[in-house]
Amino acid sequence: MSDSPAIPHGAQVEADSAHHEHPSYQRHHFVTFEQQADTTNFAMWLFLLTEIMFFGGLFTAYLIMRNWYYPAFVAASHQLNIGWGTANTAVLITSSFTMAMGVWCAETRRKAGLVLCLGLTFILGLAFLGIKSIEYHEKWEKHHIPGLHYSIKSFVDPASDPEVYKSYPQDTGLQLDMANKTELYFFLYFAMTGMHALHMIIGIAILGFMIFRARAGAYTTGHVTFVENFGLYWHFVDIIWIFLFPLLYLISRHQ
Amino acid sequence: MSEQNLHPAQQDQTEHHIVSPIIYIAVGAALLVLTATTVGVSFIDLGIFNPIVALAIAVIKAVLVVLFFMHVKYSTKLTKLTVIAGVFVFLGLISMTMADYISRAWGRW
Amino acid sequence: MSAATIVVLPDQSTARIPKMNFITRENGLLSWLLTGDHKRIATLYLISITFFFFIGGALAGLIRLELLTPQTDLVAADTYNKLFTMHGVIMIFFFLVPSVPATLGNFLIPMMVGAKDLALPKVNLLSWYLYIIAGIMAIYTMAAGGVDTGWTFTTPLSTHYLNTHVISTGLAIFVAGFSSIFTGLNFIVTIHKMRCPGMTWFRLPLFVWSNYAASILMVLGTPVLAITLVLIVLERTVGIGVFDPAKGGDPLLFQHLFWFYSHPAVYIMILPGMGVISEVVSTFSRKRVFGYTAVAFSSVAIAVFGFFVWAHHMFIMGISNYAVLVFSLLTMLVAVPSAIKIFNWAFTLYKGSITFETPMLYAFGFMGLFTIGGMTGVFLGASGTDIHLTETYFIVAHFHFVMVGGMLMAFLAGIHFWWPKWTGRMYPEKISQLAAVVTFIGFNLTFFPQFILGTLGMPRRYAAYPPEFQILNVFSTAGATILGIGYLLPVLYLTWSLKYGAIAGNNPWQATGLEWQTQSPPLTENFLEIPIMDHEAYDYEWLERMQQKEVASVG
Repeated sequence: MSDSPAIPHGAQVEADSAHHEHPSYQRHHFVTFEQQADTTNFAMWLFLLTEIMFFGGLFTAYLIMRNWYYPAFVAASHQLNIGWGTANTAVLITSSFTMAMGVWCAETRRKAGLVLCLGLTFILGLAFLGIKSIEYHEKWEKHHIPGLHYSIKSFVDPASDPEVYKSYPQDTGLQLDMANKTELYFFLYFAMTGMHALHMIIGIAILGFMIFRARAGAYTTGHVTFVENFGLYWHFVDIIWIFLFPLLYLISRHQ
Repeated sequence: MSEQNLHPAQQDQTEHHIVSPIIYIAVGAALLVLTATTVGVSFIDLGIFNPIVALAIAVIKAVLVVLFFMHVKYSTKLTKLTVIAGVFVFLGLISMTMADYISRAWGRW
Repeated sequence: MSAATIVVLPDQSTARIPKMNFITRENGLLSWLLTGDHKRIATLYLISITFFFFIGGALAGLIRLELLTPQTDLVAADTYNKLFTMHGVIMIFFFLVPSVPATLGNFLIPMMVGAKDLALPKVNLLSWYLYIIAGIMAIYTMAAGGVDTGWTFTTPLSTHYLNTHVISTGLAIFVAGFSSIFTGLNFIVTIHKMRCPGMTWFRLPLFVWSNYAASILMVLGTPVLAITLVLIVLERTVGIGVFDPAKGGDPLLFQHLFWFYSHPAVYIMILPGMGVISEVVSTFSRKRVFGYTAVAFSSVAIAVFGFFVWAHHMFIMGISNYAVLVFSLLTMLVAVPSAIKIFNWAFTLYKGSITFETPMLYAFGFMGLFTIGGMTGVFLGASGTDIHLTETYFIVAHFHFVMVGGMLMAFLAGIHFWWPKWTGRMYPEKISQLAAVVTFIGFNLTFFPQFILGTLGMPRRYAAYPPEFQILNVFSTAGATILGIGYLLPVLYLTWSLKYGAIAGNNPWQATGLEWQTQSPPLTENFLEIPIMDHEAYDYEWLERMQQKEVASVG
């Protein structure tokens, strides 16, 4: 009595033939490869939902603090280098483009194209992290890292920082307690961009692995799901930055 | 394999739709243009509309990435529903928390 | 109690456990530790959560022992704080949240949808390893001295005023959270994409619907807890100030983010239990669940509404009056779908052929105790009463009624109901019925006095209390002792049944559902061929027709 009695006999023959036809990369609990691809794609989307909610907590904290301490946020945002920020945004968008092209190469079985696109995405990802580390280093030099010799001097007395003073000559300096709130801004800056950078690092590591496998032809024989699903992850990390950039860098630049 | 036609999961054929590189180039260019726009607009004083415009442009960029780079435009209804559900809960978290903070200033009643 | 029973066992003199099943398929420790088989992973989870349950239970015993006397005499106040904190952390994150989903859900959902495994078997195994790692971190924390903030980690106490192991506990819960997320993710994907031909959404067992709703909560809510714990760790290490008023932060921000997960968490805990009750009530009334669609949709409604009521844990904490109003109203609304379920189960019982095997006893216990617990939840949802009752023993009684009287009873109902399918053997009926009754009596004696204590004003989380409250506390501790016995008995007789229990055969309960049409214990691949679902859920006429067609054979 171990057979399920619900199977009509007609389906038996077809089920057998289905079993023999499945590709080597299809797992045994799936009936068809399409089901497997569909399933893993959906699973990746659900994982991205968890990532949306994970960053959601940080965005909530940011919105509240920005509402409460707007002048501090303005002054602190002015101290971020908009050139680097814009460059990073362009780098990440381009890397999203190269990633999308990589998926297309995998789908159309262009192995060389795939390796090239993945490689470009990898390099652009590293470029993003490189620019980020330049920015972080700048913050370290200016003593704007919360908890590590944080200094509010350039907020209380803008003239003491000639670089910023040149761009924003009308900045009159903040009152002491509002100046102290810039530390909150920078905490959120490091938390949000740091969490984003962590996701980039993980993505780049996986990209490295993928380039290695792509050169062996693993993704250009019809089994494109890994590349596709990684592409979803990479685009998602891009979307997070698309929101981080205006929220952190573009606060009231017209003043 | 008619057994497969009965399968509830086999209702869509859209994963085979391959998006053309032309679309990717167009979307990529649009994203770069929008980035330049948002930076440029931030230097213009629009008063209260500065953050609104900045967020609106960011939303447009995100929608472009989701629809085209992430293939949601060519995906199943389930995928679209999943994205909407995620955004909905995210907005619920932010709006209801913000509602508390904003309404604190309104006084007792 | 009626002697009538629906149990039909094969002839014990000739019955055997099937030689090839998921337990015998492979041997050796590694075949268990590296398995992808959802049934083996479910077994691993069952052993793990039972272990943590008894640790949490021991802590509860110590709490009740301390509360026998009004003075802080058994343990110091700081130690008492550690006891209730670790009791809460372990019971919630290491027992209740994974209880039904990770054990029964993992075991049953692929079979119930007609699949050979969950969609992502390796992710399933990863989920168990994350649980074990988190468990080890939690045990380390206890050994190293524990944490005394309360399981709610309220700021600024947890970030600025205590020197205990907040960080390691926070990280343990972080890891356990990801275990939960991956389980939920796996379920959602499986239920959407792996249903067999003919298995439409409305032919699924209601157990699947409940776990689906709980999985949505796991996937969308738990990440917020994760980021909140990260912020706590950063606040304690770097001193960022986001929860520190002196630096411009807001302690209430922590509570918003914490409860955004922790309220849906209670629905994560109860919904799978409600799924079990649907199955048990139907089987032991020999009737389809009344209002299938209503029960299915109410599960999803609880999940959706459950996301928007979290601030009812914060009525007295300083949120605005307008927020109090809105959240109070929404809390009233979220009670409605739960009530719909209770009504539907009651109507299922009406004119059914009811028998009182152990799972049904637990189910009756659930329906009564969950109703009381849920109703007191509505009392607390009204902000006027909440102001007086919050942070008292009324709250403690409320959540223990729903979680222990509700969820834990449902878990035990499920374990007993599916034990024959899992192990191929029946548990001993008489002693299990006795254990169920002992549990029910012990539970009421433990927690009902706590409602009274709360109304009289005894605060929660205090090691000492005014002497006039002693008599009720003594009742409560006496009840806890009886309850402990009631929980110990199943461990003993279920273990006994593994060797000496009657052979169960495929379907001792004459239940509908695809899992009952396979052998007990099931094959590793569940089905030799993917089944085709051609009948509605809870179709007892279909079952009768199948049995008439079958030729009786040796098991």
